[in-house]
Amino acid sequence: MTTAIGQPLTRVDGRPKVTGAARYPTEFPAPGMAHACLVGARVAGGRVLSVDASAAWEEPGVLAVLTHENLPRIAGQPPLVPSLFGGPAPGETFFPMQDDAVHYAGQHVALVVADTHERAQHAASLLRIEYEESEPLTGIEQGRDQAYEPEAIFGGFLPARNSRGDVAAGLAQASVRVEGTYRFAANHHNPLETSGTTAVWDGDELLLHDGTQGVTATQLTVAALLGVPLSKVRVVSPYVGGSFGCKAMVWHHPALAAMAARAVGRPVKLALTREQMFTSCGHREEQEQHIALGATHDGKLTALSHHKLSPTSPFDDWAEPSLQTAAQMYACPNYEGSYRLFRANTMTPTFMRGPGDSSGMFALECAMDELACRLGIDPVELRLRNLASADPASGRPWSSNGLEECFERGAARFGWYDRDPEPRVRREGAWLIGTGMAAAGYPAPAPGTPQRARARIYADGSVVVQAATPEFGTGVATAMAQVAADALGVPVSRCRFEKGDTDFPGIAAAVGSAGAGMISAAVHTAATALREQLVGEAVADPGSPLHGADPSQVAVHDGRMTAGPATEPYTDLLRRNHRPDAEASGTWHPPGMDAPYATTTFGAQFAEVAVDPELGLVRVRRMTGAFAPGRVLNARTARSQLMGGMLWGLGQALLEANHMEHGTGRWVNASLADYLVAVNADAPDVAVELVEVEDREVNPLGVKGVGEIGQVGANAAIANAVHHATGRRVRKMPVTVEDLMELPLA
Amino acid sequence: MSVRGPELTEHGPGLEERGPGPVNVTLSVNGTERHLHIEPRVSLLDALREHLELTGSKKGCDQGACGACTVWIDGRRVLACLTLAMACEGHEVTTVEGLSADGELHAMQKAFIAEDALQCGYCTPGQIMAAVALLAEGHTADGEIGEWMSGNLCRCAAYPNIRAAVRAVRDGS
Repeated sequence: MTTAIGQPLTRVDGRPKVTGAARYPTEFPAPGMAHACLVGARVAGGRVLSVDASAAWEEPGVLAVLTHENLPRIAGQPPLVPSLFGGPAPGETFFPMQDDAVHYAGQHVALVVADTHERAQHAASLLRIEYEESEPLTGIEQGRDQAYEPEAIFGGFLPARNSRGDVAAGLAQASVRVEGTYRFAANHHNPLETSGTTAVWDGDELLLHDGTQGVTATQLTVAALLGVPLSKVRVVSPYVGGSFGCKAMVWHHPALAAMAARAVGRPVKLALTREQMFTSCGHREEQEQHIALGATHDGKLTALSHHKLSPTSPFDDWAEPSLQTAAQMYACPNYEGSYRLFRANTMTPTFMRGPGDSSGMFALECAMDELACRLGIDPVELRLRNLASADPASGRPWSSNGLEECFERGAARFGWYDRDPEPRVRREGAWLIGTGMAAAGYPAPAPGTPQRARARIYADGSVVVQAATPEFGTGVATAMAQVAADALGVPVSRCRFEKGDTDFPGIAAAVGSAGAGMISAAVHTAATALREQLVGEAVADPGSPLHGADPSQVAVHDGRMTAGPATEPYTDLLRRNHRPDAEASGTWHPPGMDAPYATTTFGAQFAEVAVDPELGLVRVRRMTGAFAPGRVLNARTARSQLMGGMLWGLGQALLEANHMEHGTGRWVNASLADYLVAVNADAPDVAVELVEVEDREVNPLGVKGVGEIGQVGANAAIANAVHHATGRRVRKMPVTVEDLMELPLA
Repeated sequence: MSVRGPELTEHGPGLEERGPGPVNVTLSVNGTERHLHIEPRVSLLDALREHLELTGSKKGCDQGACGACTVWIDGRRVLACLTLAMACEGHEVTTVEGLSADGELHAMQKAFIAEDALQCGYCTPGQIMAAVALLAEGHTADGEIGEWMSGNLCRCAAYPNIRAAVRAVRDGS
């Protein structure tokens, strides 16, 4: 029997997206809509001395000017807990305009509301704000001396220090050592849709349309900040224009939009400008990682030391978890890793695609490449010699693995073994050509709360499944229709997934590649419950051909329940009993943190680059990735997401950088013209190999997710290819022209 | 509304000066005449999105850097965020909502779905308006498509699939 799951169906929401009919959070009209415009602090530290709004008030149509002097106080500040844990999830434990203090440049210091967008924007530009300015502390060079080791990072969930064995002894006994410091520029997410919220009060009930990875997270966070009962806050966001982590946590603007709407007594639309996206919803922090590897002559790792230093905000001990998967990747008996932080004039950094592992695995996989070169061992072979049969960090068995097959199939598809390992030997005209590879790994995390869905079948045989998760590019509506179809035994064309509304059963924020696994678990559980309910009714119904059959022997397919020769469509059962529909809910209880398995998704990345050494130009000519993400729900959308991740790796490797200007504490590249992301011409054709591995532990369908793993290691494969092409080992992200340009000999 | 009549200049009658308050503006959008009462500073993009409820044209940067607002004026692709609505009087504006007729998708829209040339969908209307115009412009060689589509950012990075969709329409497949 063919299943709907896995089929490369086209997106069910393709049509609304290609026609412009899909409505994103700031595209919901409401009568009397007013427009809000945020004003960010000009200085990176100090306090607001005065706000002169007289000129702004002269602009026609101005409805409100909100500052720390008149914005209502928040009811309470929830702690910073990653949104995957299912509770309130503020991006930082600071809410603006509660006092006159300024902690970072761009911090929201005023909100202007007017009857049109243009008037709000112009009036905002007319505010005269005086500051008392203090010297900002910005980059790593300024903060290095003040670094401390926090108790924990990541909302308190990860210890700041981990070790096993004796790393000093492991390094001492090593025949070969590789050591290096890796530097990473800050990154900004920049989804094409800026963050935004439309807030509509109806009496004491609040409706929000919000760009979010979790409508429930927005509801819980805004309700806590405003002190409003949860039953009075509804969030409706069917479509979100990309996120990549900047909409994974709930930042200030949804609550501010609600406060502004309450202040002016009208619906309010608050869309961040592109520039404000750099100072309103987090970023991947600038960081430095020091790594040391020890190995035997035959390439067996004896020690791994991996330490990170990065800036965080004045409020939160946040570092992206860069050291986690790197510590688990290889069978290395001696390990030590730690995070050190210093407090800078910045907002709290946050999740960004491939959070942690796209930087930590870059350092590890470049160091592994260096080790392979030193030992004269093929880079794939070196990794195969160090495969971990169980998680070296916890000792637990893998719930599923597939890394070895990823190496094999990726290398075969790419044509890896054709290469001469010697650097700088392949040339095509002005271009030096090189190939590189890296391993990829990313956790398959479970949410912290039960995940729910509801399934309904109508008497005409059509099915609706509902869950409170938005669609931000993952293809969730398509994949979940496929999941429901198989659980109920109905054609996928008869199933529709409704989403993006907190009135639907609760789902945690779809973050960290956990979305497909946890939502499919809820949908599968609900649809299975509905099937069991219908089968139970049929076998108990004297009017049914299945009357008296053993329910466990009833199969469902193509909308029919069948036991031996007896068969009945769902529709007959419902109509005979004068039932317009039947419905069931399902709740999936995820395994806790102490589940006896390690759940990691693995992959292998390969890239070919061309480098023009006179100009320092790098062109990525092709990329191949092989990934083992458990069960694939839809091969077409999964490939697309993995491909997108790999091209994110290209951007991180060669383009994406933001820098804080040290005198002012402002981001230098706060626009899409200056913060470079990959454009069409930068993106080569990409080959994706799906290595399906069975996983009976992570969730009911064995889905490990595809959102992040495509990015992890892609940057390292490119940097390793650059080394192979040029002989230059560049230990920083991004690799830029200056790193590669070779001055002609005098 | 403040309106001052045209003055005679050395080149003949000058343009009528209108604004800065709201003025009447008539636009032809997707073949339909639309009447607006807007300030002269309103961009074509905001006129479409905020005044005409045509939200298919997207605001990604409002600075002419991302291409999400790509529409056609008299058949040429332009950035609606850098165009004043008023300046489009007397010209034909086409948005993604005007691309297909009678519910039948344009070949490029079908190709975008078939090739999975979209993920979140936010850049998609602009990509499609650019892609159809690109074929009309004749930048259709395999090596040209990526360059001539590089004014339209796709942060989901569906780029290889976007090129495949453009090639499919070019080849009539």
